[in-house]
Amino acid sequence: MSEITAEQVAHLANLARIDLSPEEINRLTTELGQIVDSVAKVAEVATPDVPATSHPMPLTNVFRPDTVVPSLTVEQALSGAPDHDGDKFRVPAILDEE
Amino acid sequence: MKKAELMDYDKALELFEPVLGFEVHVELNTKTKMFCGCANEFGQGANTNTCPTCLGLPGGLPQVNAKAIESSIRLGLALGCEIAEYSRFARKNYFYPDTAKNFQTSQYDEPIAFNGQLTIELESGRLVTVDIERAHMEDDAGKLTHVGGQAGRIQGADYSLVDYNRGGVPLVEIVTRMIEGGEADSPEIGRSYVAAIREIVKGLGVSNARMEEGNVRCDANVSLRPRGSNILGTRTETKNVNSLRSVERAVRYEIQRQAALLAAGGTITQETRHWHEDTGITSAGRPKSDADDYRYFPEPDLVPVAPSREWVEELRATLPEPPAARRKRLQADWGFANLEFQDVVNSDLLDAVEATIAAGAAAQAARKWWTGEIARLANVAGVAAHSLVHPVQVAALIELVVAGTLTDRLARQVLEGVIAGEGTPLEVVELRGLAVVSDDGPLIAAIDEALAAQPDVLAKIRVGKVQAAGAVIGAVMKAMRGQADAARVRELVLERAGTAQ
Repeated sequence: MSEITAEQVAHLANLARIDLSPEEINRLTTELGQIVDSVAKVAEVATPDVPATSHPMPLTNVFRPDTVVPSLTVEQALSGAPDHDGDKFRVPAILDEE
Repeated sequence: MKKAELMDYDKALELFEPVLGFEVHVELNTKTKMFCGCANEFGQGANTNTCPTCLGLPGGLPQVNAKAIESSIRLGLALGCEIAEYSRFARKNYFYPDTAKNFQTSQYDEPIAFNGQLTIELESGRLVTVDIERAHMEDDAGKLTHVGGQAGRIQGADYSLVDYNRGGVPLVEIVTRMIEGGEADSPEIGRSYVAAIREIVKGLGVSNARMEEGNVRCDANVSLRPRGSNILGTRTETKNVNSLRSVERAVRYEIQRQAALLAAGGTITQETRHWHEDTGITSAGRPKSDADDYRYFPEPDLVPVAPSREWVEELRATLPEPPAARRKRLQADWGFANLEFQDVVNSDLLDAVEATIAAGAAAQAARKWWTGEIARLANVAGVAAHSLVHPVQVAALIELVVAGTLTDRLARQVLEGVIAGEGTPLEVVELRGLAVVSDDGPLIAAIDEALAAQPDVLAKIRVGKVQAAGAVIGAVMKAMRGQADAARVRELVLERAGTAQ
């Protein structure tokens, strides 16, 4: 059984700026625990001589030349945003009033 | 904001030992951003240089800029670092509107460069070696503007505006190890260290290195350790100190502020602090907290960077002479006294003086013109001296003075003509008719006329009162509109006075 606790899930939700109800936290604690348990099975077959893998392709040094390509127009860039002011994205106040 | 109590600086050092650390961010001057082909340039309208990758839109995929890797390796080498054989990017996760991706693409435990050293020289001549822990690559954040609060502050703002043009611009972050033993020199060490980094990246050509435009930004860590203790104090991190002078002031301020707090029995909060350029103080930012849980993990969309040793050595061969060694060599070559040389360095005229000497001028003459008249005119015009006139023109001007075609006074007029775009010094001489009258004929005529007009002076000279000749010399120089060599005029005056009727 995994060691994922409700406190950890609440902490993670706070970091991710997701508002979770106590019921959701309970459900996610169970679900995340199951995921961690499943992933842990890998450890059973991975011996110490198998390096940790961050990418499935055995590639290194994939670079692009330093050449400018056209950007989006300002209109395109702003089109998916909930709000904008002139040519800038507009976001709600960042700090809560204290 | 309440102004903090400060302890006298000397007293603070008597009680505590300052321990420093610096993080310097260098913006690379590649043509494009770190992970996409958007232009790396400012001064354009907001959000003109964005794409799905740097906006973090679904489907956007990062692609590493080869030039940024090259610049990072060269910078690492110039800092005496080892270059990693295997290096990876990692996601640093945080939620803040300055990045639309909700993470910064950075490096975690496998930076491109590590274990370097940089030796800096303080004004006293003291050498301090700063150990570099690492130099890693990452992308810059967008620019926030806070609206509705006081003076653009985030506190009390109604909302904020975001321009992502800077988001994704390549950065190298250089992190020092702890700097101990700085003592009273600690503030100067901060300034000199950042100045040295700036000089290095400028010499390498990997950054525009303009601090006022944020190309080089410094976070200064300061903590105090009570004398006789071996336990480190709690540190504060003062963010974005963006001028050399401010680095020095901010370190000094934090030493005095922390000392006052500790001596009064208080404790230091581990926090980021903001530097206020106008008032010269730091103020509390957010405390280190849960929000610093960045949950780094390897960037799954990028493959590792594994520079071959051959490539690293090729890049090492492109490194310019280290700035400190160059200064040492130039001062010796030119034979300048320390103060003379410092004057040139502090005025940012090393390149200009070097180029002027290379164009044939004597070292002292080159120094005198650049730090004297040219610096004065630049100051009046409010521009940098080296942008005012080309070193080749300055060398040509000096040559005319050496040849006796111009006196210093005339040369200053010619310089003004050159700066005004009237042509080369020689062309200005001809255009304005400014050359020294070297033919004795017109001089003698003017002298005879002046002596005749001032018989009392003539009489004095004849009885040996040669200092009286000044009045005649003045009259002659005036008649020649300054275009005469005063020493020659004096010779001739005495000669003519002896033979005049």
